Amino acid sequence: MPHEPPAVDDVLATVTARFGQLETSVFRGQTSLVVPAAQSFELLEHLKEQGFDLLVDVSCVDYLEYRGAKQRYGLVYLLTSTTTNQRLTVRVFVDDPVSAEEKWPTVRSVVPLWRAADWLEREVWDLFGISFAGHPDLRRLVMPEEFTAHPLRKDYPLQGRGERHNFPVITRDHS
Amino acid sequence: MALNMPGRQTVPGKIELPENVVVSRLDELANWCRKNSLWPMPFATACCGIELMATGAAKHDLARFGAEVFRFSPRQCDLMIVAGRVVMKMLPVLQRIWQQMHEPKWCISMGACASTGGVFDTYAVVQGIDRFIPVDMYVPGCPPRPEQLIQAIIDLQDKIQHEGTITGREFDTSQRQLRKRALVEADQLLVLDAARNPVAQRELSAAAHRT
Ligand code: SF4
Repeated sequence: MPHEPPAVDDVLATVTARFGQLETSVFRGQTSLVVPAAQSFELLEHLKEQGFDLLVDVSCVDYLEYRGAKQRYGLVYLLTSTTTNQRLTVRVFVDDPVSAEEKWPTVRSVVPLWRAADWLEREVWDLFGISFAGHPDLRRLVMPEEFTAHPLRKDYPLQGRGERHNFPVITRDHS
Repeated sequence: MALNMPGRQTVPGKIELPENVVVSRLDELANWCRKNSLWPMPFATACCGIELMATGAAKHDLARFGAEVFRFSPRQCDLMIVAGRVVMKMLPVLQRIWQQMHEPKWCISMGACASTGGVFDTYAVVQGIDRFIPVDMYVPGCPPRPEQLIQAIIDLQDKIQHEGTITGREFDTSQRQLRKRALVEADQLLVLDAARNPVAQRELSAAAHRT
């Protein structure tokens, strides 16, 4: 028997009371909640107040050319309450910005709520190029500092754009 | 003088040696010392590293070939064994460590990943370390068995026996380095081999014949 976490109906009721009806879905007893990017910080703050004290993961999916997808990037926040063991997934969908000044899709950072978000958001920034407004130190996490692309985007070629060749060649003469 | 010991017969024009004396060239002696005291630098980044450890451990016992003293400081090593895939972020580190090693030094590229990138043909993985540092021996396999690595070390010892001199001056000039360079053109190698190797000589003349 797969373990199913406790229901989150009580929390969803408070969310609906404050934010109106949001899109929800349930898969194998796990509830996920879709929230517009503009409201994401307030919603996550509200959920933290409701007892979701542990941020398990922040991740992202690129839905480029995905069947039925309306927006390109789907952020994933996995929350857990360590007291009630309730679990909740929050999805935030964003698109590439249309204006020229903004280079990256941006959402508000949740580092002020959970310190755990620090490296998780840096990883998402590094690999997907989604900027987190208010992050204290938004540097790349896994790729080398001088790397310019965001390689987990679907339009980035698997073999890269020549980055892996940009090194000096050391021969026997200079070593 | 031993040679003038009473009772020893001497043939004119020949020198007869007393027992327990071996004659050699000093160059050969230096190479013999070098090849039998290789100190590996284990640059083990992935699964091949496990096999490298097995090679050093009791069952396969690299000590039989004088190469068991793994050192984690490049200053003390003369054989770099790159065991595993090298990612882009690691490559500057690899190059740095290689440069920190003192001459004479050699490099073994162990496994498919270190030699060619293996199945990891992605933006993050270096497609063969020989693109960026010189390599003396390639060991095929994924991972190579310890026997294969030992064979590579034996072959490298053979190579070392044939190349150095006692002064070690060849380790700073580029011309003598040519044989050791990775990615040397095949016909260049043939020319270099021709002096010693009759097979290479034949291939070379056949190639000249064709053109
Ligand atoms: S060659 Fe095979 S065993 Fe060695 S590092 Fe690559 S994947 Fe691992």
